[in-house]
Amino acid sequence: MTHLKKYWPLHLMVLPSLLFLIAFSYLPMAGIVMAFQDFKPRLGIGGSKWVGLDNFRFLFEREDSMQVIWNTVVIAVLKLFFNLVAPFTFAIFLNEVRKDLFKRYVQTMVYLPHFLSWVILGGILLNVLSTDGGFINRILESIGIGPIFFLGDGNWFRVTVIVSDVWKEFGYGAIVFLAALANINPALYEAAEVDGASRLKQTLHITIPSIMPITIVVGTLALGNVLNAGFDQIFNLYNGLVYDKGDILDTFVYRIGILGGNMGFATAIGLFKSVISMVLIFVSYRIAYKWANYRIF
Amino acid sequence: MYHKTLSYRVFTVFNTIGLLLLSIACIIPLVHVLAVSFSAKSAADANLVNLWPVQFTLEAYKKTIDNPIFLHSLWVSVKRTVLGTSLTLLLAFMAAYPLAKENSEFKGRTIYSWIFVFAMVFNGGLVPFYMVIQKLHLMGSFWALVLPGAVNIYLTILMMNFFRGIPKELQEAAMIDGAGHFRTLFRIFLPVSMPAIATLGLFSIVFHWNSWFDGLLYTNSSNQYPLATFLQTVIIQRDLTSMSLDPASMALISQKTVNAAQIFIGAMPVLLVYPFLQKFFVKGLVLGSVKE
Repeated sequence: MTHLKKYWPLHLMVLPSLLFLIAFSYLPMAGIVMAFQDFKPRLGIGGSKWVGLDNFRFLFEREDSMQVIWNTVVIAVLKLFFNLVAPFTFAIFLNEVRKDLFKRYVQTMVYLPHFLSWVILGGILLNVLSTDGGFINRILESIGIGPIFFLGDGNWFRVTVIVSDVWKEFGYGAIVFLAALANINPALYEAAEVDGASRLKQTLHITIPSIMPITIVVGTLALGNVLNAGFDQIFNLYNGLVYDKGDILDTFVYRIGILGGNMGFATAIGLFKSVISMVLIFVSYRIAYKWANYRIF
Repeated sequence: MYHKTLSYRVFTVFNTIGLLLLSIACIIPLVHVLAVSFSAKSAADANLVNLWPVQFTLEAYKKTIDNPIFLHSLWVSVKRTVLGTSLTLLLAFMAAYPLAKENSEFKGRTIYSWIFVFAMVFNGGLVPFYMVIQKLHLMGSFWALVLPGAVNIYLTILMMNFFRGIPKELQEAAMIDGAGHFRTLFRIFLPVSMPAIATLGLFSIVFHWNSWFDGLLYTNSSNQYPLATFLQTVIIQRDLTSMSLDPASMALISQKTVNAAQIFIGAMPVLLVYPFLQKFFVKGLVLGSVKE
Protein backbone atom coordinates (compact mmCIF):
# COMPACT_ATOMS: atom_id res chain seq x y z
CA MET A 1 0.00 0.00 0.00
CA THR A 2 2.82 2.37 0.81
CA HIS A 3 4.18 1.52 -2.61
CA LEU A 4 0.99 2.70 -4.29
CA LYS A 5 0.84 5.80 -2.14
CA LYS A 6 4.26 6.87 -3.27
CA TYR A 7 4.22 5.67 -6.86
CA TRP A 8 0.63 6.07 -8.08
CA PRO A 9 1.46 9.02 -10.34
CA LEU A 10 4.07 6.91 -12.15
CA HIS A 11 1.60 4.07 -12.66
CA LEU A 12 -1.02 6.53 -13.84
CA MET A 13 1.35 7.91 -16.45
CA VAL A 14 1.87 4.51 -18.09
CA LEU A 15 -1.78 3.53 -17.77
CA PRO A 16 -3.13 5.13 -20.98
CA SER A 17 -0.39 3.57 -23.11
CA LEU A 18 -0.93 0.29 -21.30
CA LEU A 19 -4.64 0.25 -22.15
CA PHE A 20 -3.88 0.87 -25.80
CA LEU A 21 -1.27 -1.88 -25.82
CA ILE A 22 -3.71 -4.31 -24.23
CA ALA A 23 -6.42 -3.49 -26.77
CA PHE A 24 -4.31 -3.40 -29.90
CA SER A 25 -1.29 -5.59 -29.14
CA TYR A 26 -2.21 -8.13 -26.49
CA LEU A 27 -5.83 -8.76 -27.42
CA PRO A 28 -4.79 -9.74 -30.97
CA MET A 29 -2.20 -12.08 -29.45
CA ALA A 30 -5.04 -13.96 -27.78
CA GLY A 31 -6.54 -14.33 -31.25
CA ILE A 32 -3.70 -16.62 -32.32
CA VAL A 33 -5.75 -19.55 -30.98
CA MET A 34 -7.44 -19.28 -34.39
CA ALA A 35 -4.26 -20.80 -35.81
CA PHE A 36 -5.32 -24.07 -34.20
CA GLN A 37 -8.88 -23.93 -35.48
CA ASP A 38 -10.81 -24.30 -38.67
CA PHE A 39 -12.01 -20.80 -37.95
CA LYS A 40 -15.40 -19.68 -39.21
CA PRO A 41 -16.31 -16.04 -38.46
CA ARG A 42 -19.95 -17.13 -38.20
CA LEU A 43 -19.16 -19.54 -35.36
CA GLY A 44 -16.51 -17.43 -33.62
CA ILE A 45 -13.58 -18.68 -31.59
CA GLY A 46 -15.87 -20.52 -29.18
CA GLY A 47 -17.78 -22.41 -31.86
CA SER A 48 -15.14 -23.15 -34.46
CA LYS A 49 -13.69 -26.63 -34.70
CA TRP A 50 -10.26 -27.32 -33.17
CA VAL A 51 -7.92 -28.90 -35.66
CA GLY A 52 -4.67 -29.08 -33.71
CA LEU A 53 -1.64 -28.45 -35.87
CA ASP A 54 -3.39 -29.09 -39.19
CA ASN A 55 -2.96 -25.51 -40.37
CA PHE A 56 0.78 -25.73 -39.78
CA ARG A 57 0.91 -29.04 -41.62
CA PHE A 58 -0.79 -27.40 -44.62
CA LEU A 59 1.79 -24.65 -44.46
CA PHE A 60 4.60 -27.12 -45.04
CA GLU A 61 2.70 -29.40 -47.38
CA ARG A 62 1.20 -26.91 -49.79
CA GLU A 63 3.47 -26.11 -52.68
CA ASP A 64 2.36 -22.48 -52.88
CA SER A 65 3.08 -21.70 -49.23
CA MET A 66 6.54 -23.30 -49.39
CA GLN A 67 7.27 -21.21 -52.46
CA VAL A 68 6.09 -18.13 -50.58
CA ILE A 69 8.40 -18.88 -47.64
CA TRP A 70 11.30 -19.33 -50.02
CA ASN A 71 10.49 -16.06 -51.87
CA THR A 72 10.32 -14.24 -48.55
CA VAL A 73 13.69 -15.48 -47.36
CA VAL A 74 15.42 -14.85 -50.70
CA ILE A 75 14.12 -11.31 -51.03
CA ALA A 76 14.63 -10.44 -47.37
CA VAL A 77 18.18 -11.81 -47.10
CA LEU A 78 19.31 -10.08 -50.28
CA LYS A 79 17.80 -6.85 -48.98
CA LEU A 80 19.53 -7.25 -45.60
CA PHE A 81 22.87 -7.82 -47.31
CA PHE A 82 22.69 -4.93 -49.74
CA ASN A 83 21.11 -2.60 -47.19
CA LEU A 84 24.20 -3.12 -45.06
CA VAL A 85 26.85 -2.97 -47.78
CA ALA A 86 25.43 -0.02 -49.72
CA PRO A 87 25.12 2.45 -46.78
CA PHE A 88 28.51 1.34 -45.44
CA THR A 89 30.23 2.00 -48.77
CA PHE A 90 28.34 5.21 -49.39
CA ALA A 91 29.24 6.56 -45.93
CA ILE A 92 32.95 5.90 -46.50
CA PHE A 93 32.93 7.69 -49.85
CA LEU A 94 30.88 10.60 -48.50
CA ASN A 95 33.28 10.87 -45.58
CA GLU A 96 36.07 11.78 -48.03
CA VAL A 97 34.21 14.91 -49.11
CA ARG A 98 35.79 17.97 -47.52
CA LYS A 99 33.35 20.59 -48.80
CA ASP A 100 30.63 20.82 -46.16
CA LEU A 101 28.07 22.42 -48.45
CA PHE A 102 28.37 19.65 -51.05
CA LYS A 103 28.23 17.02 -48.32
CA ARG A 104 25.01 18.49 -46.94
CA TYR A 105 23.52 18.71 -50.42
CA VAL A 106 24.22 15.03 -51.10
CA GLN A 107 22.77 14.06 -47.73
CA THR A 108 19.59 16.04 -48.34
CA MET A 109 19.04 14.32 -51.66
CA VAL A 110 19.74 10.74 -50.61
CA TYR A 111 17.76 10.77 -47.35
CA LEU A 112 14.60 11.94 -49.11
CA PRO A 113 13.26 8.68 -50.63
CA HIS A 114 13.18 7.09 -47.16
CA PHE A 115 10.39 9.43 -46.12
CA LEU A 116 8.15 8.83 -49.11
CA SER A 117 5.69 5.96 -48.81
CA TRP A 118 5.67 2.93 -51.06
CA VAL A 119 2.32 4.08 -52.41
CA ILE A 120 3.96 7.21 -53.79
CA LEU A 121 7.12 5.42 -54.86
CA GLY A 122 5.10 2.50 -56.22
CA GLY A 123 3.07 4.91 -58.32
CA ILE A 124 6.28 6.50 -59.58
CA LEU A 125 7.91 3.13 -60.32
CA LEU A 126 4.85 1.80 -62.16
CA ASN A 127 5.11 4.92 -64.28
CA VAL A 128 8.85 5.05 -64.99
CA LEU A 129 9.33 1.25 -65.34
CA SER A 130 6.37 0.74 -67.67
CA THR A 131 7.14 -1.18 -70.86
CA ASP A 132 4.74 1.08 -72.67
CA GLY A 133 7.12 4.00 -73.01
CA GLY A 134 8.21 4.31 -69.38
CA PHE A 135 11.08 6.68 -68.68
CA ILE A 136 13.63 3.94 -67.84
CA ASN A 137 12.73 1.69 -70.75
CA ARG A 138 12.96 4.63 -73.11
CA ILE A 139 16.51 5.29 -71.92
CA LEU A 140 17.37 1.60 -72.25
CA GLU A 141 15.91 1.45 -75.74
CA SER A 142 17.91 4.46 -76.83
CA ILE A 143 21.07 2.48 -76.07
CA GLY A 144 19.69 -0.63 -77.72
CA ILE A 145 18.44 -2.66 -74.74
CA GLY A 146 15.02 -3.89 -73.82
CA PRO A 147 12.25 -3.22 -73.25
CA ILE A 148 12.62 -5.03 -69.92
CA PHE A 149 9.55 -6.28 -68.08
CA PHE A 150 10.73 -5.05 -64.69
CA LEU A 151 7.42 -5.74 -62.98
CA GLY A 152 6.02 -8.45 -65.24
CA ASP A 153 8.83 -11.02 -65.16
CA GLY A 154 9.47 -12.93 -61.92
CA ASN A 155 13.25 -12.67 -61.91
CA TRP A 156 13.29 -9.04 -62.97
CA PHE A 157 10.66 -8.37 -60.32
CA ARG A 158 12.98 -9.58 -57.58
CA VAL A 159 15.81 -7.47 -58.97
CA THR A 160 13.52 -4.45 -59.14
CA VAL A 161 12.29 -4.95 -55.58
CA ILE A 162 15.80 -5.24 -54.15
CA VAL A 163 17.33 -2.42 -56.17
CA SER A 164 14.46 -0.04 -55.47
CA ASP A 165 14.55 -0.86 -51.75
CA VAL A 166 18.29 -0.20 -51.58
CA TRP A 167 17.74 2.98 -53.58
CA LYS A 168 15.11 4.11 -51.05
CA GLU A 169 17.02 3.22 -47.88
CA PHE A 170 20.78 3.44 -48.47
CA GLY A 171 21.00 7.14 -47.65
CA TYR A 172 19.04 6.89 -44.43
CA GLY A 173 20.89 3.73 -43.47
CA ALA A 174 24.18 5.59 -43.82
CA ILE A 175 23.34 8.03 -41.01
CA VAL A 176 24.48 5.70 -38.26
CA PHE A 177 27.76 5.03 -40.11
CA LEU A 178 28.35 8.72 -40.72
CA ALA A 179 27.86 9.36 -37.01
CA ALA A 180 30.43 6.68 -36.21
CA LEU A 181 32.85 8.11 -38.78
CA ALA A 182 32.54 11.56 -37.22
CA ASN A 183 33.53 10.08 -33.86
CA ILE A 184 36.87 8.65 -34.99
CA ASN A 185 39.71 10.24 -33.09
CA PRO A 186 41.56 12.60 -35.51
CA ALA A 187 44.84 11.85 -33.70
CA LEU A 188 44.81 8.41 -35.37
CA TYR A 189 44.91 10.01 -38.81
CA GLU A 190 47.55 12.52 -37.76
CA ALA A 191 49.80 9.74 -36.50
CA ALA A 192 49.29 7.77 -39.72
CA GLU A 193 50.09 10.90 -41.69
CA VAL A 194 53.40 11.32 -39.85
CA ASP A 195 54.24 7.72 -40.65
CA GLY A 196 53.58 8.47 -44.31
CA ALA A 197 50.47 6.30 -44.79
CA SER A 198 48.49 7.05 -47.95
CA ARG A 199 44.79 7.89 -47.69
CA LEU A 200 43.90 4.44 -48.98
CA LYS A 201 46.02 2.85 -46.26
CA GLN A 202 44.38 5.13 -43.67
CA THR A 203 40.94 4.09 -44.87
CA LEU A 204 41.79 0.40 -44.75
CA HIS A 205 43.57 0.46 -41.41
CA ILE A 206 41.82 3.24 -39.47
CA THR A 207 38.45 4.15 -40.97
CA ILE A 208 37.07 0.68 -41.69
CA PRO A 209 38.21 -0.97 -38.45
CA SER A 210 36.81 1.97 -36.49
CA ILE A 211 33.27 1.53 -37.82
CA MET A 212 33.35 -2.25 -37.75
CA PRO A 213 31.70 -2.54 -34.29
CA ILE A 214 28.66 -0.47 -35.29
CA THR A 215 28.49 -2.37 -38.58
CA ILE A 216 28.30 -5.64 -36.67
CA VAL A 217 25.57 -4.22 -34.45
CA VAL A 218 23.52 -2.95 -37.39
CA GLY A 219 24.00 -6.21 -39.29
CA THR A 220 23.08 -8.35 -36.29
CA LEU A 221 19.98 -6.37 -35.39
CA ALA A 222 18.80 -6.68 -38.99
CA LEU A 223 18.63 -10.47 -38.58
CA GLY A 224 15.19 -10.11 -37.02
CA ASN A 225 13.94 -9.17 -40.49
CA VAL A 226 14.77 -12.43 -42.25
CA LEU A 227 11.04 -13.05 -42.77
CA ASN A 228 10.25 -9.39 -43.40
CA ALA A 229 10.53 -8.93 -47.13
CA GLY A 230 8.62 -5.62 -47.06
CA PHE A 231 4.85 -5.84 -47.35
CA ASP A 232 4.28 -2.21 -48.35
CA GLN A 233 6.70 -2.41 -51.22
CA ILE A 234 5.70 -5.80 -52.63
CA PHE A 235 1.98 -5.13 -52.28
CA ASN A 236 2.27 -1.92 -54.25
CA LEU A 237 4.43 -3.36 -57.00
CA TYR A 238 3.33 -6.93 -57.59
CA ASN A 239 0.66 -8.43 -59.82
CA GLY A 240 -0.61 -11.87 -60.80
CA LEU A 241 2.22 -12.39 -63.28
CA VAL A 242 4.92 -12.48 -60.61
CA TYR A 243 3.23 -14.33 -57.73
CA ASP A 244 5.51 -17.33 -58.30
CA LYS A 245 8.69 -15.33 -57.61
CA GLY A 246 7.43 -12.26 -55.80
CA ASP A 247 4.67 -13.34 -53.43
CA ILE A 248 5.80 -13.14 -49.78
CA LEU A 249 4.35 -14.29 -46.44
CA ASP A 250 2.65 -10.98 -45.62
CA THR A 251 0.97 -10.55 -48.99
CA PHE A 252 0.01 -14.23 -48.97
CA VAL A 253 -1.61 -13.85 -45.53
CA TYR A 254 -3.60 -10.86 -46.76
CA ARG A 255 -4.89 -12.64 -49.84
CA ILE A 256 -5.60 -15.97 -48.12
CA GLY A 257 -6.98 -14.59 -44.85
CA ILE A 258 -8.65 -11.25 -45.48
CA LEU A 259 -9.64 -11.60 -49.13
CA GLY A 260 -10.00 -15.41 -49.23
CA GLY A 261 -11.59 -15.85 -45.81
CA ASN A 262 -9.34 -18.77 -44.85
CA MET A 263 -8.65 -17.18 -41.49
CA GLY A 264 -7.32 -20.14 -39.49
CA PHE A 265 -4.68 -20.93 -42.07
CA ALA A 266 -3.70 -17.26 -42.46
CA THR A 267 -3.38 -16.89 -38.69
CA ALA A 268 -1.12 -19.93 -38.59
CA ILE A 269 1.16 -18.43 -41.24
CA GLY A 270 1.25 -15.15 -39.33
CA LEU A 271 2.08 -16.98 -36.10
CA PHE A 272 4.84 -18.94 -37.83
CA LYS A 273 6.34 -15.66 -39.00
CA SER A 274 5.94 -13.86 -35.65
CA VAL A 275 7.51 -16.66 -33.60
CA ILE A 276 10.54 -17.07 -35.85
CA SER A 277 11.04 -13.31 -36.03
CA MET A 278 10.82 -12.97 -32.27
CA VAL A 279 13.39 -15.70 -31.68
CA LEU A 280 15.73 -14.08 -34.20
CA ILE A 281 15.30 -10.68 -32.57
CA PHE A 282 16.12 -12.03 -29.10
CA VAL A 283 19.15 -13.91 -30.38
CA SER A 284 20.43 -10.92 -32.34
CA TYR A 285 20.02 -8.52 -29.42
CA ARG A 286 21.78 -11.01 -27.18
CA ILE A 287 24.69 -11.15 -29.63
CA ALA A 288 24.80 -7.38 -30.07
CA TYR A 289 24.81 -6.95 -26.30
CA LYS A 290 27.61 -9.48 -25.80
CA TRP A 291 29.83 -8.25 -28.61
CA ALA A 292 29.27 -4.54 -28.63
CA ASN A 293 27.58 -3.85 -25.33
CA TYR A 294 24.58 -2.52 -27.23
CA ARG A 295 21.40 -2.01 -25.26
CA ILE A 296 18.18 -0.41 -26.40
CA PHE A 297 15.88 -0.43 -23.42
CA MET B 1 49.68 15.58 -46.71
CA TYR B 2 47.57 13.15 -48.69
CA HIS B 3 45.25 15.95 -49.83
CA LYS B 4 48.00 17.21 -52.09
CA THR B 5 48.91 14.00 -53.86
CA LEU B 6 47.88 13.61 -57.47
CA SER B 7 46.13 10.30 -56.96
CA TYR B 8 44.00 11.70 -54.15
CA ARG B 9 43.01 14.67 -56.31
CA VAL B 10 41.98 12.34 -59.12
CA PHE B 11 40.01 10.32 -56.60
CA THR B 12 38.29 13.46 -55.31
CA VAL B 13 37.13 14.37 -58.81
CA PHE B 14 35.66 10.92 -59.45
CA ASN B 15 34.20 10.72 -55.97
CA THR B 16 32.47 14.07 -56.41
CA ILE B 17 31.05 13.10 -59.79
CA GLY B 18 29.92 9.72 -58.45
CA LEU B 19 28.16 11.23 -55.44
CA LEU B 20 26.57 13.88 -57.62
CA LEU B 21 25.12 11.22 -59.93
CA LEU B 22 23.92 9.22 -56.94
CA SER B 23 22.17 12.21 -55.43
CA ILE B 24 20.49 12.93 -58.76
CA ALA B 25 19.39 9.30 -59.03
CA CYS B 26 17.55 9.70 -55.74
CA ILE B 27 15.26 12.48 -56.90
CA ILE B 28 15.09 12.06 -60.66
CA PRO B 29 11.94 9.87 -60.62
CA LEU B 30 10.17 12.52 -58.56
CA VAL B 31 11.27 15.24 -60.99
CA HIS B 32 9.97 13.17 -63.90
CA VAL B 33 6.57 12.77 -62.26
CA LEU B 34 6.45 16.48 -61.52
CA ALA B 35 7.21 17.21 -65.19
CA VAL B 36 4.46 14.84 -66.35
CA SER B 37 1.95 16.41 -64.00
CA PHE B 38 2.44 19.82 -65.62
CA SER B 39 2.39 18.53 -69.18
CA ALA B 40 -0.37 18.39 -71.74
CA LYS B 41 -2.29 15.14 -72.22
CA SER B 42 -1.03 14.57 -75.75
CA ALA B 43 2.61 14.95 -74.78
CA ALA B 44 2.28 12.69 -71.75
CA ASP B 45 0.42 10.00 -73.65
CA ALA B 46 3.01 10.05 -76.43
CA ASN B 47 5.77 9.68 -73.82
CA LEU B 48 7.45 12.90 -74.83
CA VAL B 49 7.96 14.20 -71.30
CA ASN B 50 11.31 13.68 -69.63
CA LEU B 51 12.42 16.08 -66.94
CA TRP B 52 10.72 19.25 -68.07
CA PRO B 53 6.99 19.85 -68.72
CA VAL B 54 5.92 19.78 -72.36
CA GLN B 55 3.21 22.34 -73.23
CA PHE B 56 2.86 23.50 -69.65
CA THR B 57 -0.65 23.27 -68.23
CA LEU B 58 -2.35 23.08 -64.83
CA GLU B 59 -5.20 21.00 -66.22
CA ALA B 60 -4.27 17.86 -64.25
CA TYR B 61 -4.22 19.75 -60.96
CA LYS B 62 -7.54 21.43 -61.72
CA LYS B 63 -9.10 18.07 -62.45
CA THR B 64 -7.66 16.60 -59.25
CA ILE B 65 -8.92 19.43 -57.08
CA ASP B 66 -12.35 19.23 -58.69
CA ASN B 67 -12.76 15.62 -57.57
CA PRO B 68 -14.79 15.70 -54.33
CA ILE B 69 -13.58 12.23 -53.28
CA PHE B 70 -9.99 13.38 -53.58
CA LEU B 71 -10.67 16.46 -51.49
CA HIS B 72 -12.46 14.45 -48.87
CA SER B 73 -9.61 11.95 -48.61
CA LEU B 74 -7.24 14.88 -48.20
CA TRP B 75 -9.36 16.05 -45.28
CA VAL B 76 -9.42 12.58 -43.71
CA SER B 77 -5.63 12.47 -43.95
CA VAL B 78 -5.22 15.87 -42.32
CA LYS B 79 -7.60 14.87 -39.53
CA ARG B 80 -5.93 11.56 -38.81
CA THR B 81 -2.46 13.09 -38.94
CA VAL B 82 -3.31 15.88 -36.49
CA LEU B 83 -5.29 13.70 -34.07
CA GLY B 84 -3.00 10.70 -34.37
CA THR B 85 0.17 12.67 -33.86
CA SER B 86 -1.21 14.57 -30.86
CA LEU B 87 -2.35 11.35 -29.22
CA THR B 88 0.91 9.53 -29.94
CA LEU B 89 2.97 12.39 -28.54
CA LEU B 90 0.89 12.69 -25.38
CA LEU B 91 1.03 8.95 -24.71
CA ALA B 92 4.74 8.68 -25.42
CA PHE B 93 5.53 11.76 -23.33
CA MET B 94 3.67 10.43 -20.29
CA ALA B 95 4.79 6.81 -20.55
CA ALA B 96 8.42 7.75 -21.10
CA TYR B 97 8.67 9.43 -17.70
CA PRO B 98 8.20 6.35 -15.50
CA LEU B 99 10.05 4.20 -18.02
CA ALA B 100 13.05 6.51 -17.77
CA LYS B 101 13.37 5.79 -14.06
CA GLU B 102 15.88 3.19 -12.92
CA ASN B 103 14.50 -0.22 -12.04
CA SER B 104 15.55 0.39 -8.44
CA GLU B 105 13.86 3.80 -8.29
CA PHE B 106 10.51 2.56 -9.54
CA LYS B 107 9.64 -1.06 -8.86
CA GLY B 108 6.96 -1.31 -11.53
CA ARG B 109 9.35 -0.28 -14.26
CA THR B 110 10.68 -3.77 -14.98
CA ILE B 111 7.29 -5.26 -15.76
CA TYR B 112 6.16 -2.23 -17.77
CA SER B 113 9.28 -2.24 -19.90
CA TRP B 114 8.76 -5.93 -20.64
CA ILE B 115 5.18 -5.25 -21.67
CA PHE B 116 6.39 -2.58 -24.11
CA VAL B 117 9.31 -4.62 -25.47
CA PHE B 118 7.26 -7.76 -25.95
CA ALA B 119 4.60 -5.86 -27.87
CA MET B 120 7.38 -4.54 -30.09
CA VAL B 121 8.97 -7.88 -30.93
CA PHE B 122 5.85 -10.05 -31.13
CA ASN B 123 2.46 -9.58 -32.70
CA GLY B 124 -0.60 -11.66 -33.31
CA GLY B 125 -0.48 -11.17 -37.04
CA LEU B 126 -2.83 -9.56 -39.50
CA VAL B 127 -5.92 -11.72 -39.13
CA PRO B 128 -6.33 -11.60 -35.32
CA PHE B 129 -5.68 -7.86 -35.48
CA TYR B 130 -8.39 -7.50 -38.07
CA MET B 131 -10.76 -9.50 -35.87
CA VAL B 132 -10.05 -7.27 -32.87
CA ILE B 133 -10.85 -4.14 -34.89
CA GLN B 134 -14.11 -5.81 -35.86
CA LYS B 135 -14.95 -6.88 -32.30
CA LEU B 136 -14.26 -3.38 -30.97
CA HIS B 137 -16.73 -2.02 -33.55
CA LEU B 138 -14.09 0.16 -35.12
CA MET B 139 -14.70 -1.21 -38.61
CA GLY B 140 -15.72 1.61 -40.89
CA SER B 141 -15.02 4.19 -38.24
CA PHE B 142 -12.59 7.06 -38.58
CA TRP B 143 -11.07 6.09 -35.22
CA ALA B 144 -9.74 2.86 -36.70
CA LEU B 145 -7.14 5.08 -38.35
CA VAL B 146 -6.10 6.76 -35.09
CA LEU B 147 -6.47 4.46 -32.11
CA PRO B 148 -4.68 1.21 -33.14
CA GLY B 149 -1.41 3.02 -33.84
CA ALA B 150 -1.70 5.49 -30.98
CA VAL B 151 1.10 3.94 -28.94
CA ASN B 152 4.27 4.11 -30.96
CA ILE B 153 6.72 2.02 -28.96
CA TYR B 154 9.72 3.11 -30.97
CA LEU B 155 8.99 6.79 -30.36
CA THR B 156 8.28 6.07 -26.69
CA ILE B 157 11.77 4.57 -26.37
CA LEU B 158 13.32 7.58 -28.09
CA MET B 159 11.48 9.85 -25.64
CA MET B 160 12.61 7.70 -22.73
CA ASN B 161 16.24 7.92 -23.82
CA PHE B 162 15.89 11.68 -24.09
CA PHE B 163 14.49 11.89 -20.56
CA ARG B 164 17.43 9.88 -19.29
CA GLY B 165 19.71 12.58 -20.63
CA ILE B 166 18.02 15.27 -18.54
CA PRO B 167 20.23 16.10 -15.52
CA LYS B 168 18.99 14.38 -12.37
CA GLU B 169 19.59 17.59 -10.39
CA LEU B 170 16.82 19.35 -12.31
CA GLN B 171 14.33 16.75 -11.21
CA GLU B 172 15.62 16.53 -7.65
CA ALA B 173 15.40 20.29 -7.27
CA ALA B 174 11.77 20.20 -8.37
CA MET B 175 11.02 17.37 -5.94
CA ILE B 176 12.65 19.21 -3.06
CA ASP B 177 10.49 22.23 -3.86
CA GLY B 178 7.52 19.94 -3.32
CA ALA B 179 6.53 19.25 -6.92
CA GLY B 180 4.91 15.87 -7.58
CA HIS B 181 5.70 13.67 -10.55
CA PHE B 182 3.00 15.19 -12.75
CA ARG B 183 4.09 18.71 -11.97
CA THR B 184 7.72 17.76 -12.64
CA LEU B 185 6.76 16.17 -15.94
CA PHE B 186 4.66 19.04 -17.26
CA ARG B 187 6.46 22.02 -15.72
CA ILE B 188 10.10 20.92 -15.76
CA PHE B 189 10.43 18.21 -18.40
CA LEU B 190 8.02 19.60 -20.98
CA PRO B 191 9.90 22.86 -21.65
CA VAL B 192 13.30 21.20 -21.95
CA SER B 193 11.89 18.40 -24.12
CA MET B 194 10.54 20.64 -26.86
CA PRO B 195 13.25 19.75 -29.42
CA ALA B 196 12.71 16.03 -28.78
CA ILE B 197 8.94 16.41 -29.02
CA ALA B 198 9.32 18.31 -32.29
CA THR B 199 11.47 15.50 -33.68
CA LEU B 200 9.06 12.77 -32.62
CA GLY B 201 6.14 14.85 -33.88
CA LEU B 202 7.65 15.12 -37.35
CA PHE B 203 8.30 11.39 -37.46
CA SER B 204 4.74 10.74 -36.39
CA ILE B 205 3.34 13.15 -38.97
CA VAL B 206 5.19 11.39 -41.76
CA PHE B 207 4.09 8.01 -40.40
CA HIS B 208 0.42 8.97 -40.31
CA TRP B 209 0.44 10.76 -43.62
CA ASN B 210 2.01 7.76 -45.34
CA SER B 211 -0.20 5.08 -43.76
CA TRP B 212 -2.46 3.51 -46.34
CA PHE B 213 -3.04 -0.13 -45.44
CA ASP B 214 -5.27 0.58 -42.43
CA GLY B 215 -7.50 2.71 -44.64
CA LEU B 216 -7.82 -0.17 -47.07
CA LEU B 217 -8.57 -2.69 -44.30
CA TYR B 218 -10.82 -0.85 -41.89
CA THR B 219 -12.93 1.46 -43.99
CA ASN B 220 -15.87 0.26 -45.98
CA SER B 221 -16.02 2.67 -48.85
CA SER B 222 -13.84 4.95 -50.86
CA ASN B 223 -15.35 8.09 -49.35
CA GLN B 224 -13.79 7.18 -46.00
CA TYR B 225 -10.29 6.67 -47.41
CA PRO B 226 -7.39 8.81 -46.28
CA LEU B 227 -5.36 10.23 -49.16
CA ALA B 228 -2.68 7.53 -49.11
CA THR B 229 -5.34 4.82 -49.46
CA PHE B 230 -7.14 6.77 -52.15
CA LEU B 231 -3.89 7.02 -54.11
CA GLN B 232 -3.22 3.33 -53.55
CA THR B 233 -6.54 2.31 -55.05
CA VAL B 234 -6.53 4.78 -57.93
CA ILE B 235 -2.90 4.62 -58.98
CA ILE B 236 -1.74 1.16 -57.93
CA GLN B 237 -4.95 -0.84 -58.22
CA ARG B 238 -6.21 1.29 -61.11
CA ASP B 239 -9.65 1.42 -59.59
CA LEU B 240 -11.15 4.37 -61.40
CA THR B 241 -14.59 4.34 -59.80
CA SER B 242 -13.56 6.98 -57.27
CA MET B 243 -12.16 9.26 -59.94
CA SER B 244 -15.65 10.63 -60.72
CA LEU B 245 -14.86 10.89 -64.39
CA ASP B 246 -17.45 10.97 -67.10
CA PRO B 247 -16.41 9.83 -70.60
CA ALA B 248 -16.36 13.39 -71.91
CA SER B 249 -13.86 14.64 -69.35
CA MET B 250 -11.92 11.39 -69.72
CA ALA B 251 -11.14 12.38 -73.28
CA LEU B 252 -9.92 15.80 -72.28
CA ILE B 253 -7.43 14.84 -69.64
CA SER B 254 -4.89 12.10 -69.49
CA GLN B 255 -4.94 9.55 -66.70
CA LYS B 256 -1.15 9.80 -66.76
CA THR B 257 -1.00 13.48 -65.97
CA VAL B 258 -3.74 13.28 -63.34
CA ASN B 259 -1.99 10.37 -61.64
CA ALA B 260 1.25 12.32 -61.66
CA ALA B 261 -0.48 15.33 -60.13
CA GLN B 262 -2.04 13.17 -57.43
CA ILE B 263 1.26 11.49 -56.63
CA PHE B 264 2.87 14.86 -56.28
CA ILE B 265 0.14 16.28 -54.05
CA GLY B 266 0.39 13.14 -51.92
CA ALA B 267 4.13 13.59 -51.51
CA MET B 268 3.96 17.33 -50.90
CA PRO B 269 3.40 17.43 -47.11
CA VAL B 270 6.34 15.09 -46.62
CA LEU B 271 8.47 17.27 -48.88
CA LEU B 272 7.37 20.30 -46.89
CA VAL B 273 8.26 18.94 -43.45
CA TYR B 274 11.37 17.24 -44.77
CA PRO B 275 13.80 20.18 -44.32
CA PHE B 276 12.77 20.50 -40.66
CA LEU B 277 12.79 16.78 -40.23
CA GLN B 278 16.29 16.50 -41.63
CA LYS B 279 17.60 19.03 -39.16
CA PHE B 280 16.31 16.95 -36.27
CA PHE B 281 16.32 13.32 -37.29
CA VAL B 282 20.04 12.73 -37.29
CA LYS B 283 20.01 13.72 -33.63
CA GLY B 284 16.88 11.65 -32.96
CA LEU B 285 18.26 8.57 -34.60
CA VAL B 286 21.55 8.74 -32.77
CA LEU B 287 19.63 9.44 -29.58
CA GLY B 288 17.88 6.11 -29.86
CA SER B 289 20.46 3.82 -31.31
CA VAL B 290 23.89 4.49 -29.90
CA LYS B 291 24.23 4.69 -26.18
CA GLU B 292 27.26 4.55 -23.97
